[in-house]
Amino acid sequence: MSEIPTAPASVMAPLAVTHYTATSALGRGRAAHLEALRAGRSGLRPNDLGPFDQGAPLPTWIGRVAGVEDAPLPAELAEWECRNNRLAWLALQHDGLLEAVQAARARHGASRVAIVMGTSTASIGETEDAYAQLNEDGQLPSHMRRAKIHTPHSLGNFVQAATGLQGPCITVATACSSSAKVFAQAARLIEAGIVDAALVGGVDTLCGSVLYGFNALGLVSKQPCMPFDARRDGLSLGEAGGFALLERAEDTDAAAAYLLGYGESSDAHHMSAPHPEGLGAQLAMRDALARAGVDAGDVGYLNLHGTSTPANDSVEAKAVHALFPDQLHASSTKGWTGHTLGAAGIVESTIAMLALEHGFLPGTLNSDVPDPACGAQIRFASQEQPIRHAMNNSFGFGGNNCSLLFGRRA
Amino acid sequence: MSGLVAYIAGIGYWSKGLPSWADAVAYAREGVLPENAPARPSPQLLAPNERRRAPESVAVALEVALAACQAADRDPATLPSVFASTHGDLGITDYMSQTLAGEDPASISPTRFHNSVHNAAAGYWTIGAGCMHPATALSAYDATFAQGLLEAMVQIATGDPAVLLVAYDTAAAGPLMSIHQATGTLGGALVLTKEATGGRRIAVRLDEGAATPSRGPLSLHEPGNAMHPMMPVFDALAHDAAASLCLEAGAGRALLIDIGPA
Repeated sequence: MSEIPTAPASVMAPLAVTHYTATSALGRGRAAHLEALRAGRSGLRPNDLGPFDQGAPLPTWIGRVAGVEDAPLPAELAEWECRNNRLAWLALQHDGLLEAVQAARARHGASRVAIVMGTSTASIGETEDAYAQLNEDGQLPSHMRRAKIHTPHSLGNFVQAATGLQGPCITVATACSSSAKVFAQAARLIEAGIVDAALVGGVDTLCGSVLYGFNALGLVSKQPCMPFDARRDGLSLGEAGGFALLERAEDTDAAAAYLLGYGESSDAHHMSAPHPEGLGAQLAMRDALARAGVDAGDVGYLNLHGTSTPANDSVEAKAVHALFPDQLHASSTKGWTGHTLGAAGIVESTIAMLALEHGFLPGTLNSDVPDPACGAQIRFASQEQPIRHAMNNSFGFGGNNCSLLFGRRA
Repeated sequence: MSGLVAYIAGIGYWSKGLPSWADAVAYAREGVLPENAPARPSPQLLAPNERRRAPESVAVALEVALAACQAADRDPATLPSVFASTHGDLGITDYMSQTLAGEDPASISPTRFHNSVHNAAAGYWTIGAGCMHPATALSAYDATFAQGLLEAMVQIATGDPAVLLVAYDTAAAGPLMSIHQATGTLGGALVLTKEATGGRRIAVRLDEGAATPSRGPLSLHEPGNAMHPMMPVFDALAHDAAASLCLEAGAGRALLIDIGPA
């Protein structure tokens, strides 16, 4: 029997999220996301990406970002070319992120701003492409022998090159919790006085590894995903990138959102199946609330991990039911974006912060047959409702869980 | 920046030919290599069938993690952990890429797919140890060990009484061998504590500076591994004298490390 870790004893100092953005199948930037969420317009479409199996793409639906192919990196960053870094660069161009990073760099100094990036597969799509073009002697073609691309830190290294920041630069790769955990690591770096600000984010792009890997695990649906619906039979994969700039609240003017708490835990159960009681998920949510000093009843919106796999959703609903009153509006937005894996943390934190800022609480797109295993917290319909606190859940393989709690200025 | 301080309560180490920290210390001090060193780590935390099937990266990480906990006399279930690996498992990356480029991409092994995540070792560790504390997995290319150590020290500075740091890399495979100078199997683990419990003091801070050359015996014994940048720390720990080191921390920055005397 595992020892149950105790909750954090003290409340953390809130961090201002001075800027945030996401680019996904819903579009580029926050306004595009809010508009698609309000319109109930999914970004999912039939899979048209290779590699092909017996002449056809894997029969599933994907959340693909339009236009990545037509958006090469600027010449001075060309050594970092790959689909994942292109998507990172695209995402950085919106909602004033790049300008805000440069301002933070000028204000604090380049070495006082950290970069903490999350990804599941980084640029492994480029490695797959290189293997599809091996020379006759079985070696990588010479133009694809790029050591800093075929490795997980490709993303962090690229963002460092793109921003000129010189603080600690880390790529966190804990599968689908990656770009939620970046907020926790950045908060610690700031609290410990190592830096004064942090650029956090995450990027994951669709590639053969994830399409055929999740397919091999029997977790991919042939239909658009329908999280928490009784008929759900698997996930729809997606790709996305997003960023947020974190600074000490006292160093900034009023921000749209504040990171009030984070919670991390391990299931200690199975590599690719959740703990049957959702114990790890409960610990992550409990710790985020405790670190924020916020009662569960004061959370207005919870963006669920909600992958639409039979196991994840029933276990997550059970964990939510154990902690939250029925009044909570909890939903999965993966019917809009697909499961963006290592980018899910930042994309769904963006959606949670949009809910805070605009009082729009998304429902669960594509879903309409309630699963009796799910509690009253799980909502299929969207609603307009001002809220004070919003949470995001991100859970990954290996039983790696992270929950984040955001709030408005107190 | 001000420095971060912790104490080293336990050390784990595995490289080919030096399958324990005691063997590594004996080699560093006296040049003695153990006889019959196993070719592969055999992490006791896993059930025997899992032990044989585990990817080498997972095997070496779990081997050194458990050794460090045992040396520190700490229950693995009680420690948050930081897993640091430059490349993850390049053998699995090679397998995935070969299979996807072949005739039957749908034949990908589900087990090898979930073992391909960078946090595979962290996952197997928390499952095997029954540990529900947070675990993270990170990479920072050549600065991976430095950033992993920094994160572990930051976790202690922000409230955790003890943290397990595990650093490891394995060899490149297939066509990736032409781009990654990555050979051998290497793992190092430290249990760090906030309170002085008889372990050596370690203090770190970020600054500028040139990386300490890796010329110690442990470093020269395992020269080609991607986790090689950690070697000055373990070569210093193999001796009783205090040491001041400098590791590359990325973007022209350095992690300055002061290790107290034994």
